[in-house]
Amino acid sequence: MPDEGLRPRVEAERYEMSSKTQRFELGRRDFFQWLAAGIVVAGVMPHVPTDAWAQRREGEPLPDNIGAWLHIGEDGAITVYTGKVEVGQGVRTSLAQQVAEELRVDLSQITMIMGDTRLTPFDMGTFGSMTTPVMGQRLRRVAAGAHDLLLKVAAERWGVPQSRLRAEAGQILDPGSRRKISYGELARGQRLAQAVAMDDPLRPATEWTIAGTSAAKTGGRAIVTGEHRYPYDWTRPGMLWGKVARPPAYGAQLLSADLEAARRLPGVTVVRDADLLGVAAPTAEAAAEALAALKPRWSPAPSQTSSSALYEFLLNHPAADASNTQGDEELNAALAAASHRLDSVYQVAYIQHVPLEPRAAVAEWQGNELTVWTGTQRPFGVRDQLMEAFHLRADQAHVLMPDMGGAYGGKHTGEAALEAARLARAAGKPVKVIWSREEEFTWAYFRPAGVIKVRAGIDNRGKLTAWQFDNYNSGEAGIETPYQVAHKQIRFHRTEMPLRQGSYRCLAATANHFARESAMDELAHAAALDPLEFRLRNLRDERLATVFRTGARAFGWPRRKQRPGQGFGFGGGVEKGGRIATFAEIRIEGGNVKLEHVVSAFECGAIVNPDNLKNQIEGAAIMGIGGALFEAIEFADGKIESNRLSRYRVPRFRDVPRIEVVLVDRKDLNPSGAGEAPIMGLAPAVANAIFDATGRRLRHMPLAPNGLEA
Amino acid sequence: MQLDINGRSYTVAAAPETALLWVLRNELNLTGTKYGCGEGECGACTVLLDGVARHACLTPAAEAKGKKITTIEGLAQGEKLHPLQQAFLQEGAWQCGYCTPGMILRAAALLRNTPHPSEEEIVAAMNGNICRCGTYPRIVAAIQRAAREA
Repeated sequence: MPDEGLRPRVEAERYEMSSKTQRFELGRRDFFQWLAAGIVVAGVMPHVPTDAWAQRREGEPLPDNIGAWLHIGEDGAITVYTGKVEVGQGVRTSLAQQVAEELRVDLSQITMIMGDTRLTPFDMGTFGSMTTPVMGQRLRRVAAGAHDLLLKVAAERWGVPQSRLRAEAGQILDPGSRRKISYGELARGQRLAQAVAMDDPLRPATEWTIAGTSAAKTGGRAIVTGEHRYPYDWTRPGMLWGKVARPPAYGAQLLSADLEAARRLPGVTVVRDADLLGVAAPTAEAAAEALAALKPRWSPAPSQTSSSALYEFLLNHPAADASNTQGDEELNAALAAASHRLDSVYQVAYIQHVPLEPRAAVAEWQGNELTVWTGTQRPFGVRDQLMEAFHLRADQAHVLMPDMGGAYGGKHTGEAALEAARLARAAGKPVKVIWSREEEFTWAYFRPAGVIKVRAGIDNRGKLTAWQFDNYNSGEAGIETPYQVAHKQIRFHRTEMPLRQGSYRCLAATANHFARESAMDELAHAAALDPLEFRLRNLRDERLATVFRTGARAFGWPRRKQRPGQGFGFGGGVEKGGRIATFAEIRIEGGNVKLEHVVSAFECGAIVNPDNLKNQIEGAAIMGIGGALFEAIEFADGKIESNRLSRYRVPRFRDVPRIEVVLVDRKDLNPSGAGEAPIMGLAPAVANAIFDATGRRLRHMPLAPNGLEA
Repeated sequence: MQLDINGRSYTVAAAPETALLWVLRNELNLTGTKYGCGEGECGACTVLLDGVARHACLTPAAEAKGKKITTIEGLAQGEKLHPLQQAFLQEGAWQCGYCTPGMILRAAALLRNTPHPSEEEIVAAMNGNICRCGTYPRIVAAIQRAAREA
């Protein structure tokens, strides 16, 4: 089913670009060398003929391009293997639901093996809201293939036509003879492997009975009892504790360190190797002591820009390959002819993800084979980093990802994994490295800051006639406008980067929607049109229009102000296949902006798990409050000043308004991802509500880090 | 040093000034108590000392001596979950779950003193605990449910 929406420019997630496509090494082995007897069904990418796969005999190599597979054991247990990872977004459950649906089994029969580079097929990583639309589809096809295969095996066994049989609750039934047989029995003694093409038809969402329901998240008991082991909790027998010396500022170079003083401490290994100065010791306290004993001296940091000069810097430091900034003659003419014009500049600060669990890794060498347990959205990417650093083959580096404590785009990289592996190699023992909050704030990466210039014009019927949108440094995600306009020029300009930048939930779509949806509000007011009516007049994406109308109905837009300080606003858009409209009611009290009520309407095709989707949308709106109102990284002279939670405010219980989520379920459309897009409507909704309340137009995210200053 | 944790007596070797958090996690492998900030700003390390919520990251182990220490591992009674644990499950009040142990213990301390808190009282008591996934409304609902059903 095609997505009739926009085809936005795809912004590659930062940091995955350097990754080499290391193909799946398990493909050269045989499943039954490491899996128990039973039935295996693997999904083969469309460009690999499935018969090449099906005709192979046991022990022969498998073709490389396998997207996912599952195993049905002799006890009926179903194990699904996928390179995606669980970071709190709930895919361990929602993917299992989709398998259960196609395979007609209970959810409890399914175990998900995720993000283990030795056991699961290659996967680029868990980002870009791709798990549901891509991996969900693949697993559904694999499960549908397994369902068909089970019918076939049962039909052969009973000598009846396959069409007579049906699957139900983990069994194949023959209604004619009332015979039945469980999947486990069918798998008994089998070493049957089957490939399925990735374009087989699927069960339509209208017939779903397991997918499409609010199944409780799996593994909940281990979460509420504290039994679940996060990467930060991982241990290995005989493990040492590693610590790394960090420069006092970006770019400071190590001049000297007292390696001997640290080495004299019992059981301590010291590593000084290229950019790494670190220690490993039998306890965390001993490691801290050894680190202190190093007394490293650092060169002064080179001169660098600060957050106070950030936006000037971005505008004045184009990257070497920056695109042109020339205007467009026709566009200028259209602007000149417009009835109402807008010329606004928006700014977006650097912010950080602040996953509550900082980076952590445990590394263990056995000869030349390396195993690392770490928290990352890209286990295969981290494996590639390790392979490159230590000149290993793919089968010598093994990365495992225990479900981790949050990521939000912030854990694409393998810093702690590399540090632990380097220290472990030197120490000859497993080493654990855990980052402190200060380390996470300074040495991870940031959502890019940006400047966005918008020039636009509308005619006397409230139609957009000209649209010029120049984004400096934020990025390209969500840069295309969903509104129809005759003359437009939309450009992303690379600049030098003052800080290390990377992916963040929804990438630049948050910045671009903040600018665009604020600008649309400004234009509506200039033309004395209701902001909703103005948007609908210019919108060509019917699905987004539906979401705007749905949100407006639930919120009661347009609303009349009942008291001073009250304000209403909204914003929305399309990103990663999802349509969001967020409406906000705010109250200004003593210069503080208080969010009172938020309505988020969202559509992402067929809904796989309504309650988990609601949880994601609520969470995105709440995370969005931080970036909208107060989160900003302060830095100067190569130092991050907001390097602790006491210096960097994130949303808390008190910041949370009453939140209503309205879901639009389109069972006729394939599901899209939903972990990201719901974040981007909040900031423009709040900015527009502040304008409604005060008449002041704020064009900087965060909008009110110190309240509304007079 | 002897510590009484979840009704069991442990002999620990750590220096008395070591933060209770690291004694629990690194020496006793009780990793349900989480590190999040090290400065008492996030509440991920919340434990109970004689029923009172404390930041284990700021509490020297020696201070816990002679007190009854409750961590998330000690809340359920065998297979039977604590009403708050049950309520968190029923309300789906987590995403990544990393903040959950601290949230549950902070809420347990609240309900001990205020068995039927208003929403405002819940927000005031819980405000020192951070959930980056933003499941706050569900956590409030879970605490209300536990109070109702207790």
